[in-house]
Amino acid sequence: MAGHTAALDSKTLWGGEISPFSTSYGKLMMWFFLVSDALSFGGLLISYGFTRHDCLEAWPIGEETFNSMPFLGHGYPLLYVALMTFILIISSVTMVLAVEAGHRMDRKGVTNWMIATIIGGFFFVGSQGWEWYHFIHGSEFGKIELADGSVAIVKGHFGEIKNFTVTKPGNHHKEGDVIKEDLMHTFQHAAAAGHINNGIITLHDGSKASITKEKDHELTLIVKKSGKVNKASKAKRKITGVKAEKLYYEALYSGEANRVIYGANLKQNEYGPQQYAQFFFFITGFHGFHVFSGVIINIIICLGVVAGTYHKRGHYEMVEKTGLYWHFVDLVWVFVFTFFYLI
Amino acid sequence: MERDDLIEYSLPQDGKAGLHSEDEGISIRKKIYKVTILLTLVTVIEVVLGAVIKQDASIWPFIKWTFLVLTILKAGYIVMVFMHLGDERKWLRYVILVPYFIFILYLIFIALWEATAIKSVLTYFS
Repeated sequence: MAGHTAALDSKTLWGGEISPFSTSYGKLMMWFFLVSDALSFGGLLISYGFTRHDCLEAWPIGEETFNSMPFLGHGYPLLYVALMTFILIISSVTMVLAVEAGHRMDRKGVTNWMIATIIGGFFFVGSQGWEWYHFIHGSEFGKIELADGSVAIVKGHFGEIKNFTVTKPGNHHKEGDVIKEDLMHTFQHAAAAGHINNGIITLHDGSKASITKEKDHELTLIVKKSGKVNKASKAKRKITGVKAEKLYYEALYSGEANRVIYGANLKQNEYGPQQYAQFFFFITGFHGFHVFSGVIINIIICLGVVAGTYHKRGHYEMVEKTGLYWHFVDLVWVFVFTFFYLI
Repeated sequence: MERDDLIEYSLPQDGKAGLHSEDEGISIRKKIYKVTILLTLVTVIEVVLGAVIKQDASIWPFIKWTFLVLTILKAGYIVMVFMHLGDERKWLRYVILVPYFIFILYLIFIALWEATAIKSVLTYFS
């Protein structure tokens, strides 16, 4: 096996005495793969644009949809995704530094920069996991269909639910029981199923309870679909103050099912049209899958660097090739970031 | 079986196999750091614009085009510097970039044009 390398030089391989474009076979094929992969992403983003362009409903706005930070809560528009973008850019930088170290045959440098790249990649995948969790889980208010048939998303700080006090006994709870566990989950389920009527919640066992809840702060309704009274026009779409509170709780406590939607799945979501969540899951999922496979490939190549495989070979071209793929992942994110979050 | 990944195909004519010296490395790293700062700045500008200026503001169309220009700028720096396409032969650059200028621009044009038509039909019949 060994010894082949010396016998096959560029003169015997290529009739023109140099390889096409003076680039190695491996790098050229990686470029061709990236061209086709970029066309896939281009197709996905264009179909997203197509759907968004012909959609009759108002499309969600990035800064209204993505405004949460880990440990800090809501009210930080685009900050988290900016952090994700920054992490990915930095991991791209560490990758290009690994390639540069490879050109100097600095094995230790390549190892260190590649490990930094892998850590950055894991951070990004983890961040995307959090982003998905939050997207699926949704906000505390959800999207609400108001009494006049208009549909609005809700912003503000949800007042904490303190307890449910049972007023009418059921199979399990007795009258006067104070329930303090799993409140938010029970509340949202009951609200979506229409089991809250005039502030009285019907629990799973058939018992009825009153809700003790702190006051919400800065509750704002943003009308996305016009109804008989509330219009989704630019000037009028925001409803604030006491009126917003009245309209929201009137609808939430109406006792009718499906007036409120929390979070997102493939059938419905609280942010906008059905296709929005589908595109979000597919495009960011497809990109996340690319990042994940990129991390795996980086780990494999990094092991090769540590083992000295490429050093013996006399060049670190494998690091360059995996670097091309990693930069491509960053490149795609630049576009996803623009079209999903900014515009 | 021959392992063609072991063969160095890209030997430049001076036989240095794409290597560079320590001094060259310093100037290359300097360029990388410059591009890093630029990309970070562009991202910060984008996020500030996105968070501060609302989509119903009158200058929003201008901001939207700014985002597109900044995105292309970022993509250009990533491809040309990080992916070293700027250091490749001219015709390799064309082989890789020209398909986008033809197909993607055409596809964007045709998709948005079609979507506008569909929307007008949907609006008319709804």
